[in-house]
Amino acid sequence: MKLLVKETRQITGAKGSLVFVKSLPEVAYGELVEIEVEGETRLGQVVDISRDITVIQVFGSSLGITPGRTTVRLRGETLKIPVSTDMLGRIFNGLGKPLDGGPEILPEEYLDIHGDPLNPALRVPPSEFIETGVSVIDGMLTLVRGQKLPIFSGSGLPHNKIAMQVVRQASVKGSGESFAVVFGAVGVTFEEAMYFINELKSMGAIDRTVAFLAPASAPPVEKLALPRVALTTAEYLAWRQDMHVLVILTDMTNYCESLKEISAAREEVPGRRGYPGYMYTDLASMYERAGRVEGRKGSVTIMPILTMPDDDITHPIPDLTGYITEGQIVLSRDLWRKGIYPPVDVFLSLSRMMKEGIGPGKTREDHHYVFSQLMSAYAEGQRLREIIAIVGVESLSEKDKKYLEFADEFESKFINQGENERRSIEETLDIAWDLLAILPEEELKIRDELIKKYHPKYRVSR
Amino acid sequence: MAGRTGRIYRIAGPLVVATDIPTPMMYEVVYVGEEGLIGEVISVRGDKAYIQVYEETTGLTVGERVEATGELLSAELGPGLIGSIYDGLQRPEVEIARSLNDIFIRRGVRVNSLNRNTKWIYAVDEKIRVGDKVGPGDVIGLVQETPIVTHKVMIPPGVSGVLKWRAGDGEYTVEDVVAVVESGERRYEVKLYHKWPVRVPRPFKDKLPPAEPLLTGIRVIDVMFPIAKGGKAAVPGGFGTGKTVLLQSLAKWSYADIAIFVGCGERGNEMADALKSFIQLHDVRRNRPMMERSIFIANTSNMPVAARETSVLLGVTIGEYFRDMGYDVLLVADSTSRWAEAMREISGRMEEMPGEEGYPAYLASKLAEFYERAGRVSALGRPERTGSVTILGAVSPPGGDFSEPVVRNTLRYVQALYALDYDLATRRHFPAINWLMSYSLYVDYVKDYMNERSAGRWEETRSMFLKILQREAELLDIVRLVGPEALPEEDKLTLEVARMIREGFLQQYAYDPNDAFSPLEKSFLIMEAIRRFHETALKLIRSNVPLFKIRELKSPYMVYRLKLYAPHEVGKVYDEYVKTLDEEAGRLMEGVRQ
Repeated sequence: MKLLVKETRQITGAKGSLVFVKSLPEVAYGELVEIEVEGETRLGQVVDISRDITVIQVFGSSLGITPGRTTVRLRGETLKIPVSTDMLGRIFNGLGKPLDGGPEILPEEYLDIHGDPLNPALRVPPSEFIETGVSVIDGMLTLVRGQKLPIFSGSGLPHNKIAMQVVRQASVKGSGESFAVVFGAVGVTFEEAMYFINELKSMGAIDRTVAFLAPASAPPVEKLALPRVALTTAEYLAWRQDMHVLVILTDMTNYCESLKEISAAREEVPGRRGYPGYMYTDLASMYERAGRVEGRKGSVTIMPILTMPDDDITHPIPDLTGYITEGQIVLSRDLWRKGIYPPVDVFLSLSRMMKEGIGPGKTREDHHYVFSQLMSAYAEGQRLREIIAIVGVESLSEKDKKYLEFADEFESKFINQGENERRSIEETLDIAWDLLAILPEEELKIRDELIKKYHPKYRVSR
Repeated sequence: MAGRTGRIYRIAGPLVVATDIPTPMMYEVVYVGEEGLIGEVISVRGDKAYIQVYEETTGLTVGERVEATGELLSAELGPGLIGSIYDGLQRPEVEIARSLNDIFIRRGVRVNSLNRNTKWIYAVDEKIRVGDKVGPGDVIGLVQETPIVTHKVMIPPGVSGVLKWRAGDGEYTVEDVVAVVESGERRYEVKLYHKWPVRVPRPFKDKLPPAEPLLTGIRVIDVMFPIAKGGKAAVPGGFGTGKTVLLQSLAKWSYADIAIFVGCGERGNEMADALKSFIQLHDVRRNRPMMERSIFIANTSNMPVAARETSVLLGVTIGEYFRDMGYDVLLVADSTSRWAEAMREISGRMEEMPGEEGYPAYLASKLAEFYERAGRVSALGRPERTGSVTILGAVSPPGGDFSEPVVRNTLRYVQALYALDYDLATRRHFPAINWLMSYSLYVDYVKDYMNERSAGRWEETRSMFLKILQREAELLDIVRLVGPEALPEEDKLTLEVARMIREGFLQQYAYDPNDAFSPLEKSFLIMEAIRRFHETALKLIRSNVPLFKIRELKSPYMVYRLKLYAPHEVGKVYDEYVKTLDEEAGRLMEGVRQ
């Protein structure tokens, strides 16, 4: 406890969310400050100090800040949040304050929200399968513990529903291990926020979920803090409480917009399309907190969701994210228009950690082969669709027609699934075999013993 | 120079400004604040020194002490480098974990780069005796650092005189003195290690022109766009184009004596994956774990930005050190774009005039300084030896756009380009190196070497392949309009052979045990198989055999499967193929004549 609280009224200027004050002795870089504006206390953070002037970023608006009258008080600490296992089942704002009307939590520890980088030499390559119960993810884009796999969506696409379905259904094979979900919503609308709160409450999964919400109207700095607060909580649960934590962050596009807003207010030199040059580093400092570590039982897996502005995958937000994350799940507007849910474009999507997480003992022995067969058959079907658009379906051979049928069925039976439908990995792979059975058997490039074991023709007679 | 201190004047992220340091020196190392965070003076204006700090600066306050050391940021060079995993400041990460007893890296930690307790078995090199005149680079002894790397203990650069004393064979730590050199009044103690500033290229006798290819086991590189020992190449590619898999394959399989992998601002999980495979996988030539000839520098994207620059420079300095011993070193830097971004961030904080897209105007000269440290040299000292440093730099262009500043400036300084292509990657053609955009200026230098090993066929077949692929691109434009059936038979054959080159030769499966590494002999056999097919098929078509009949043959499928055989089996399968091709062609010719 610091007894000596330092404060000043010597504000020399204010602009956007930045306040300039005459430097106090011993003000520390990154330190928190309290700003007293007409009886209300706002938080801020020191973002630049020189001998004469200290620049403070206000968490909230600078409305009402008056040089000479407003008091700025140093807290003598950086942004820390209280953490405890009591947070499970609760809903908080972007700075860790309860939003659900419940009491403040009794902290077991205070942690700096920026965290420290994991020691690369201690990382264990992620390889344990997480069953989400969603066929296209489990079968084609397998998620593993410690991975960071984003969903690239567009406005109006059902990414929130997919996220909630994953939260509801995600589990790790092999019981006896504790599993938790940390859910962070950045800059979501009132409607979305209500949807999330109601879903979480009604799903019964709430007891193993910690939720953080910063509505669209929240100040930019709260939006910037939210993912870090969520990740700090996740790290606590994973590394101190041995839990397997899945972190879902939506919508990270709102986060990046706030980053841009604040960068512009600081008059920084912009990088591509007005986004700050350090956006890659900033995003990486959060996403890299995912992982699996030697000697610890828990893990942190991150699934960020972002909406691609104008569905453009080369926009800096999805582009930089893709450079950091281990793959991406891309949603397709075309599939969505066809009524397919979840509308995942398997060609643009990729899970870089998949090959480590599937196969015997993890999912099933035939998974590798079924995956590549589905991929190439669907690609062939897609290619034929382009051809019939020009030459018509009549000119195709019987075999080609089978491929077309396969592509349609693959979309409507494999990718398509109910919002509340939970398919085990075995069910997912069995559906895949049912679809592969549409094709002539000699087209399958799968080892004979696997065909004998899993192909429906032989399965029935067994 | 000791005892020079100043005070913090300003803090802005990784940039700290200090005042009152008496005569600050450019690029000298300073310790910032009470915790002694490591920083480097990167600019001096008036009485203010601008310091780039290599650790997180949160919590620093104005007025804290800054201690100048008068030393340049240096690497420790000696036995113990191989098999290490360093951060950007050459702190071994395993040691950091041990000393902090934590899974995180916290700032302010100090650990020695080279272990001070390990005893190395040192053997005297008898060619130099006490009383001899010695100079920089003279090898005075040997340490078997790993089963496949013999570490040569050299007189450090800048030291010369008479060898006054030397230690005998025995076990020594890196701090033990193994020789004393005297020159007039000056006396220098030679230890198993010495320090060298990372920003200064190590001296050599002569720079030599490239002569031999650095074989990588990747066909599209070795045969189509070879890289020379001592060469420099850029690997640009958007995300998802398989850049990291390619670079890791290169570091793993290349015929380099030493491989240095610099992970600069990239993914931690990938680094972990690479580390694991280097420990498990065995070197093809010597059948020893790859880690026994490798060094990792892991400065992941969430570690302090400023240390990205030092991680790249540290890598190349260690590379030059092993080059000086006479080894061929491969340095892989993934990714130079992250380093450029770090420069941009620091430059912005210094309020320098920005160049294109906010990058500083000196981006080009920094890249040039780095790539120019590649090369094949004859090293200083006795015995005579040549060594090389080959640099492969990954570039991560935003949106896969090759016209951005880092790619463009890099291309001015490299001699080979491996352009990774998003379309190829989505079509699952790996390595996704675009054959129309990529190039290598080393083709002429390695001509003799390659022709000698391919019965004189390499040069000619290579250019034939490129011609066919180029023609394919033109034909495909036509096909899109009129359909493939409208083409004359010879053009159809061109498309067929182009597909064979792409799928049977250029495509390579990094995860297939037989295909991951393709020795030159195997690559040449596949190349020759395709050439033969083309020659034979062309003859048949000119004798009015329709292409669909040729397509139905068994021999073309044999070509596609050649790459899936282990190197020692390929020869036999190739002979069978040649027999089959001749028989089948003979039969078709018969059919036409009747």
